[in-house]
Amino acid sequence: MNYLNTFFFGIYPYIAIAVLVIGTWIRYDREQFTWKTSSSQLLEKKQLRRGSIAFHIGILAIFAGHFVGLLTPSEVWHVLGVSTSAKQIIAMGAGGLFGVICFYGMTILIVRRLKNPRIRANSSTMDIAILLLLYAQLILGLLSIFVSLGHLDGSEMLKLMAWAQNTVTFDATTAVAAMTDVHWIFKLHITLGMTIFLVFPFTRLVHMFSVPVQYLRRQHQVVRQKAAR
Amino acid sequence: MKVRAQIGMVLNLDKCIGCHTCSITCKNVWTSREGVEYAWFNNVETKPGVGFPKEWENQDKWNGGWVRNKKGNLELKIGAKRRVLANIFANPDLPEIDDYYEPFDFDYQHLHTAKDTKHQPVARPRSLISGQRMEKIEWGPNWEEILGTEFSKRKKDKNFDEVVQKDIYGQFEKTFMMYLPRLCEHCLNPACVAACPSGAIYKREEDGIVLIDQDKCRGWRMCVSGCPYKKIYYNWKTGKSEKCTFCYPRIEAGQPTTCSETCVGRIRYLGVLLYDADRIEEAANTPNEQDLYQAQLDIFLDPHDPEVQAAARKEGIADNWIQAAQRSPVYMMAMQWKVALPLHPEYRTLPMVWYVPPLSPIQSAVEAGHVGMNGEIPDLKSLRIPLRYLANMLTAGDEFPIVRALERMIAMRAYKRSQHVDGVEDVEVLKQVGLTQHQVEEMYRYMALANYEDRFVIPTSHRAYAENAYDVKGSCGFTFGNGCSDGNNDVNLFGAKKQSVRQVIPVTVKE
Repeated sequence: MNYLNTFFFGIYPYIAIAVLVIGTWIRYDREQFTWKTSSSQLLEKKQLRRGSIAFHIGILAIFAGHFVGLLTPSEVWHVLGVSTSAKQIIAMGAGGLFGVICFYGMTILIVRRLKNPRIRANSSTMDIAILLLLYAQLILGLLSIFVSLGHLDGSEMLKLMAWAQNTVTFDATTAVAAMTDVHWIFKLHITLGMTIFLVFPFTRLVHMFSVPVQYLRRQHQVVRQKAAR
Repeated sequence: MKVRAQIGMVLNLDKCIGCHTCSITCKNVWTSREGVEYAWFNNVETKPGVGFPKEWENQDKWNGGWVRNKKGNLELKIGAKRRVLANIFANPDLPEIDDYYEPFDFDYQHLHTAKDTKHQPVARPRSLISGQRMEKIEWGPNWEEILGTEFSKRKKDKNFDEVVQKDIYGQFEKTFMMYLPRLCEHCLNPACVAACPSGAIYKREEDGIVLIDQDKCRGWRMCVSGCPYKKIYYNWKTGKSEKCTFCYPRIEAGQPTTCSETCVGRIRYLGVLLYDADRIEEAANTPNEQDLYQAQLDIFLDPHDPEVQAAARKEGIADNWIQAAQRSPVYMMAMQWKVALPLHPEYRTLPMVWYVPPLSPIQSAVEAGHVGMNGEIPDLKSLRIPLRYLANMLTAGDEFPIVRALERMIAMRAYKRSQHVDGVEDVEVLKQVGLTQHQVEEMYRYMALANYEDRFVIPTSHRAYAENAYDVKGSCGFTFGNGCSDGNNDVNLFGAKKQSVRQVIPVTVKE
């Protein structure tokens, strides 16, 4: 079992992140035309409105929660006065709430994508695959809340934080060691998460790098000049 | 004063015969592809009608164009920037494909391959989106052609607002119609550009053409809502928005757009207009909607004025452009004769495709001798098309410019008729509408004869000087995506479904 742990929690994350970074870079550089949200709202509006809004709010909150929760060192939490068990309960509560919102939206979106003949005909294999992948990941995450109920002191969470923080500081040995005896559901959740990182550049998810925040600052009108006079 | 030049267009609706040649040639050139079958960069609507997409003129429904907010500043009707971004996950103001129509084709092949059956085989329709059988075609790109569909549906036409007793126009004896060819307006204050979160849509400085950068478009689809003319189409296949390009490769070469070139009625005019770019916002922000038409006229500059010419040269506008502006048919019709008017100026986009309102037959009562005459010219209230209807379409409801344009066109006819038939110069009728003999002869030359070289005065754009031609050598041209990247093959790790693949379900015939 040890070699599996080493691979999935010590090596696989680096492969996944490398593919994510390099793949996204190549796609942005060479395949701008494919860089898009791939919205299907024109073909179906009602279900999309209900599903997409809930899905996006849910998943963005969850993503932010994971980012902050896993990568902020425990010392910082102590300074802030948040005990490990309090953090565990906040994580379960907020994660659960937004997880359910996301689940609601995603269920609508999956039904829509598979059942609506217009949407189905216009879906690429990857469109469906990434949706199902995210759905599976979300369900694993929601199920892990029940596992966490058995560790309200946050001991299991500390191991996951140790894994994440040691991974980003390139201490793979310590990262793998932290993961050896966590519950299998977390192992699966992390492996699937890294798989989503791996396929990221080949999916429509790349549009998240193009959140148009600059729109708020730019002038309304855009005029392009000829190259040079 | 910051002088900029734009190629504008005028359509003489008085001569439009509704043949759709413009739409068809445009479609053949630009949108005969999967994903945009439903898109018509140019379409011809029969008015009154709800149009394409349904009720596009009803901005209470679609929220297109601009409004003045409480502070007196211009703001998109879909909302301020913050609201645009807040709606990015699901745009509440986006039309659905059924508001345009579900694109369809027929199973023609079945006519060849059908087995011996009791009944004659027919080619039945199928959806071009899902590939599935369509039992009934509910709507099409031109469903209201020549007053198709019942009046109760067509009277939703927004231009009927404030037309007195609009229901009488549903009666057979009172009915009226006109054609309205529509394309992108290439506005001075484009709402689509302002609505694009990615900044992918831009106006070209040199000729004013508004284009979408297909590489930068991310498919947020706010432009579709922002444009009050609904002339931006979301390509459901590529996930990018597309719009009328004003056939810019042709314009750059000094040729007219495809729709203009092929117009059999010779109703289209293309020419240069000089305008003051510094005053765009001021003009678009004119408080009273009915003053917007005049405000737009006010920012156009006189190309004969030496001061304007000097300022234009300072901005780098080439001499052949200034000369073209002096011979511009668009300038003459819009500025000098004031017979061309903007389409829906109340959207505050300062559109640059203008329309000469159509004359219409005089009601039967008039023919019987009961005609109200206003001097030499029949009272325009006796025309079949209500003035208010035209005013709602072209001048935000102000009937005066409509009356002036129509009277000038009638005066031109009366003058030329007396000249040719009676052999007299009827200057009285000209005096009444404020035209000189020279002007009316010019009007006659441009509007009645409408020779090719008078209709299209398009200077070439000197691209070869503006760009480094060496870099352009052997470049992509018009391709999809990364069409000329090396190592490009059929398998694309990043791509969506291929453009050329059409989903077709096999036809089964019930014996």
